[in-house]
Amino acid sequence: MEMIKEFKVIGKRLPSHDAVEKVTGQTKYADDFALPGMLYGKILRSKFPHAKIKRIDTSKAEKLDGVHCVLTHKDVPNNVIVTRFGQTRAVGGFEGIFRVLAEGKVRYYGEPVALVAAETEEIAERAIDLIEVEYEELKGVFDTVEAMDPKAPKVEDGKSNVIARFKIRKGDVAKGFEEADVIVENEYMSQFIDHAYLEPEAGVAWVEDDGSITIRVSTQVIEHYREIAHVLGIPESRVRVITPKIGGGFGGKEDITVEYYLALLAWKTGRPVKIVQTREESLSFRSKRHPYKFRYKTGVKKDGRIVAVEAELISDAGAYMTLSPWVLLYSTVNAVGPYNVPNVKVDTYTVLTNHPPSGAYRTFGAGQACVAYEQQMDEVAKKLGMDPAEFRKKNYLKKGDTMANGWQIPNTVALHETTDLVLKALGEKPKPSGPKKLVGMGIASGMCSYGRMIFLHDTSRSKVRLELDGSVTIECGVQDVGAGQEASLCQIVSEVLGVPLKKVRIISGDTAATPIAGTTTATRQLYMSGNATYKAAMKVRDNILTKASEILGVDKSELVIEDEKIKKKGEKEGISLRDVAVACAEEGIELFCEAQFNAPFGEVPDPETGQGRVFPDFTYGTTGAIVEIDTETGEVEVLKIASAFDVGTAINPMRVEGQIEGGASMGIGWALTEDVKFEKGIAKAQSFAEYIIATAVDVPDIKSIIVENHDGLGPFGARGVGEVVLAPVPPAVINAVADALGRRIKELPITGERILLTLRGES
Amino acid sequence: MKKYPLEFKVNGKKYSVEVKPNMTLLRLLRSLGFTEVKSGCEKGDCGTCAVLMDGEPVNSCLTLALQAQGKEITTVKGLGTIEKLHPIQEAFVKYGAIQCGFCTPGMVITAKAFLDKNPNPTREEIREAISGNLCRCTGYQKIVDAIEAAAKKMREGR
Ligand code: FES
Ligand code: FES
Repeated sequence: MEMIKEFKVIGKRLPSHDAVEKVTGQTKYADDFALPGMLYGKILRSKFPHAKIKRIDTSKAEKLDGVHCVLTHKDVPNNVIVTRFGQTRAVGGFEGIFRVLAEGKVRYYGEPVALVAAETEEIAERAIDLIEVEYEELKGVFDTVEAMDPKAPKVEDGKSNVIARFKIRKGDVAKGFEEADVIVENEYMSQFIDHAYLEPEAGVAWVEDDGSITIRVSTQVIEHYREIAHVLGIPESRVRVITPKIGGGFGGKEDITVEYYLALLAWKTGRPVKIVQTREESLSFRSKRHPYKFRYKTGVKKDGRIVAVEAELISDAGAYMTLSPWVLLYSTVNAVGPYNVPNVKVDTYTVLTNHPPSGAYRTFGAGQACVAYEQQMDEVAKKLGMDPAEFRKKNYLKKGDTMANGWQIPNTVALHETTDLVLKALGEKPKPSGPKKLVGMGIASGMCSYGRMIFLHDTSRSKVRLELDGSVTIECGVQDVGAGQEASLCQIVSEVLGVPLKKVRIISGDTAATPIAGTTTATRQLYMSGNATYKAAMKVRDNILTKASEILGVDKSELVIEDEKIKKKGEKEGISLRDVAVACAEEGIELFCEAQFNAPFGEVPDPETGQGRVFPDFTYGTTGAIVEIDTETGEVEVLKIASAFDVGTAINPMRVEGQIEGGASMGIGWALTEDVKFEKGIAKAQSFAEYIIATAVDVPDIKSIIVENHDGLGPFGARGVGEVVLAPVPPAVINAVADALGRRIKELPITGERILLTLRGES
Repeated sequence: MKKYPLEFKVNGKKYSVEVKPNMTLLRLLRSLGFTEVKSGCEKGDCGTCAVLMDGEPVNSCLTLALQAQGKEITTVKGLGTIEKLHPIQEAFVKYGAIQCGFCTPGMVITAKAFLDKNPNPTREEIREAISGNLCRCTGYQKIVDAIEAAAKKMREGR
């Protein structure tokens, strides 16, 4: 296929097509939509983290005026299901049991037990209070190591709490440690974090005239319509999911949020139903980032070469398996980070507890691994008396090296470059601003895959149609979480077809109206749907150029499309795109194309050695941070952040910066303040007053550095950036704090309180 | 619960309604179709519900509807339209200050109230001014860029 090399639209700082609509308040998010006769749904949630349900009595609630239905597990056609998450292919061992509504017992505090649909929200709330549930409290298990003990209470009766484990075996670690001059061992911990998107989970469902169900819901995965159909026991073709613009996702709207409940209530009542979760429900009961316990042992030579790494990672899956094994696999593959280590032994476990189910969260387990391996890199450098950047540079992976899982890297790893750029941007470590202040500087490098695990056999489809007036319509089932999923596709089509952005329209996120484009997860949309859209646009372009070549009498290879005109390269005049479109239409030449892009397909890696390719490709980069600590209050001020990533090709540098800046802000919160803090299974943070995310005064101006080596697998050589931009931020900040304190706090978040305790312990 | 009469203006248009005393301004505005006023927490912690009440920014989730008696409410739709954006809106678009956009209406309203009082702010003052408006997507930087640029443009336009 012909390649476009000089860009008119790609790489330009163009505002997104939907920015005006959003800034004027036109955009209708999930909760901004209503239908006549709409009812309101509410969820009754469990009051215990682990308890037998002895009796549920809904009779009083049913009798309340204005209540249309009350549902328990008995009313759900298929209440116990196997969770699958928008994948095209079932993979044995990765799918766990899930209950739509609790049955027999509750496994976490806040687990949905019953549903109500009523005329108003107030009536629904009152009805929820009238449902009587008799519980018999059971001993819960809240610590992963305790849960691994065979004698621990079982979350799934009669089954081990350890629901998945992976191994990596590369080389010979025993021999590696024998060769090592220095061995460093440490333990680290990371915490439960909430996605804290500003839009709580919400949606509306209704029954169509033909009896099928439509759900308009804030989701990263419209393809859940298949699971919803299964729960209702109706054919997949009778469930339609539409997603409007999403008010932030970050993985928290990857698994099902309110869809089952909406569908069930609409289906039972025949009326439209709306559910909007409160912030408290979102913070306390929805999925979280898996907390981890890490143990690392690293062997190095005196000159700084790493010879062996042994790591053990244990994650808290919460009460249901959901995505935990997959998240764990990401952590496993990422466990040694972007370093060339000849001898590796990694053992990872994910364990059920009586916490809410942990789930997907930006970087999907790669970030947690990065928090640990980058702290460990600094600890090893310290022991060696070597500069942390120099130590890393001695070990960075490069093109042609093999990762811990045996995958040989076929393209650029620009970590030397990103680290040098970050160090330059940070400059010298400044002097403390006062006598009671400490200043520290830290760096961290990270990596994250883009595209899903190759054994899922991922595909995406997109359709491009040239209209008779020369404007273009894209139909693609992407879900737009705000990172520019739609906008990038518009920019690609604008480039390929020479049509200005304002004449490109995209219709997205509707299982009945747009080609299925897969999930907006795993940093896959630019890569997958970008390639599918590019392919479709190129086919339309080819048809147009063929016709134009005939009209103009010029060989196709000499033609270009520019500013809505097709002309011979270098010439000013040509024929308008519109005229060629009309000519094509008259002769029945196709002005549209629906194309499919397939990721590389593979198999699950070998379970005993973990050897085998897992991902299509990775994006790599480095973050640096400078912090100042007030030794009297323990407060940390982040003075500087610089982040550099090789993004392959920036489709829109302004949006890439937006990702880097957003990732930095989220990473600061992860390192310093964010903690859902479960105590005996109950979340202590129930509002944004207790769950502290970074505000505008907590984030400095961030220096975003874009490196482009143009050899990614996405359109025009792009690599995905949405997740990787977060990974190295927390460890960079943590390393800066450790540098300032002269010792390391190995548990997150590094709150003022923990800092004061550490300082006191020292003096 | 007894309902009370309420007369107020939203974006220049008069409304006469009856509301319960515990109804928040946020819920009333949204029920009247002003869905550009967002509900991110209903506890006063996030700023997505910010509107202007007689030119002063308030979190509408912490304001009772009846407090709006006789007042003039401005939402983001009252600042500019698709055809004619307010300079702050224009700058938000141009500088890439919008990702998911859920925080945007509240952010723009807060920025408007702030620039009315302080037309020539430093970046630190801008950060301080928007610190009650959470944004999970952008890291705030491009929002600060946009408000800074809008301030300049508004000063020049004067
Ligand atoms: S909804 Fe009013 S401050 Fe959050
Ligand atoms: S743009 Fe998403 S919360 Fe601000």
